[in-house]
Amino acid sequence: MSLYELFLQSFPSLLKGLLITLELTVVSLIIAIILGMITCLFKISKFKILRAIATIYVDIIRGTPLIIQAYFLFFGITAALKFTMGNFTAGVIVLSLNAGAYLSEIFRSGINAVNKGQMEAARSLGLPYSKAMIKVIIPQAIRIVIPSVANQFIITLKDTSIISVIGAPELMKASSLIVSRNFKAFEIYGFTAVMYFVVIFSLTKILGILERRLANGSKGSR
Amino acid sequence: MAAKVVVKGLHKNYGNLEVLKGIDLDVEDGEVVCLIGPSGSGKSTFLRCLNKLEEATNGTVVVDGFDIMDKNADINKIRENIGMVFQQFNLFPHLTVGQNIMLAPIDRKKMTKEEAEKTARELLERVGLSSKFDEYPANLSGGQQQRVAIARALAMKPDIMLFDEPTSALDPEMVGEVLNVMKDLAKQGMTMVVVTHEMGFAREVSNRVIFMDGGNIVEQGSPEEVFGNPKHKRTQDFLNMVL
Repeated sequence: MSLYELFLQSFPSLLKGLLITLELTVVSLIIAIILGMITCLFKISKFKILRAIATIYVDIIRGTPLIIQAYFLFFGITAALKFTMGNFTAGVIVLSLNAGAYLSEIFRSGINAVNKGQMEAARSLGLPYSKAMIKVIIPQAIRIVIPSVANQFIITLKDTSIISVIGAPELMKASSLIVSRNFKAFEIYGFTAVMYFVVIFSLTKILGILERRLANGSKGSR
Repeated sequence: MAAKVVVKGLHKNYGNLEVLKGIDLDVEDGEVVCLIGPSGSGKSTFLRCLNKLEEATNGTVVVDGFDIMDKNADINKIRENIGMVFQQFNLFPHLTVGQNIMLAPIDRKKMTKEEAEKTARELLERVGLSSKFDEYPANLSGGQQQRVAIARALAMKPDIMLFDEPTSALDPEMVGEVLNVMKDLAKQGMTMVVVTHEMGFAREVSNRVIFMDGGNIVEQGSPEEVFGNPKHKRTQDFLNMVL
């Protein structure tokens, strides 16, 4: 079988896997952004208990490998509590929890990066803390964090490959399945790597353009 | 006339460092008070205690009849009446000049957008920047930004204005335009407390000059008294250095 034929033969399965990879990424990232925002608010809250919850969550996620988080949830927790969970669902939960923790730190550093005179100016006009956050600090923080959030998008996309260990039928899993049938590891893993590369490279370019657009859209700011 | 600001025994500590060592000061309605003194003398800290950007450690601060040391006082409501202008302007960079000025009146005073815009345009006219309504702050010079910052503070119709070294971050040629706006404001009877290194302004515009050093008020009096005939050695030394 020629390389070309092999490619044609395996491409439909790989493409199916890639779509699931993208789905996993997008769904997880949307949940992660919300989770990250809530965690960030907890972390800067004046209530000690909320800060503690956020710190513990972030530390656990940062302090353990993604693969053990996936195993622990999919095999460990389900076994202990005697229920089953779809591997796509488990994948989304793990990736969201993971990216959410990192995003919360990104958001927090964005808020901290806004000049503290901005908060003082807003408060001196009589705006309450929450209003000053919403109207003055967060809009500026969003602009600061966009590149880091785009970066997290790429990281999460790559991390989906690890979710193959719990059997979610994404690109990595699809490619391993093909190899286990035809033993063409060099070719199939090569195709797979190229597919990841093409998607991630294009995404990087697209996100770069979006970033520049946003920067121009806020013409004159800072 | 009633006192707009009454400060008694104001202390401020940062850890073990005592920055303000018991300040007493009354500011009358319509009075313009200039605070002068070397860096680190506590004058900016004192000013920031007046609208609780810094929390005083001890003492009484009553502004406009409100005790701002009272834990139950609605500090946001009180701050609406106290305009503040900062050394670094602190305009909101993501908003246009107009939006900068209209933000607080719409949010706090529940003005309609039309009313707020009318006020904003009048204020911009007053500070000589009527053409800049739709500009972003970054497209303005430092002097223009500071005048917008003054307009923004005035939009809340405050009874008292605090200025924290408003011209210290400006290029020399832009100092005049900001001082002129402040002079107009003083003429219109605004109560003002100004921390400044502009001795010319202090001499010309203020009713009272206060010299601070080491967290204390060393000397105060009319500009003629303080500049013309300073009584304390430290005041004399300071004035010799800066004049």
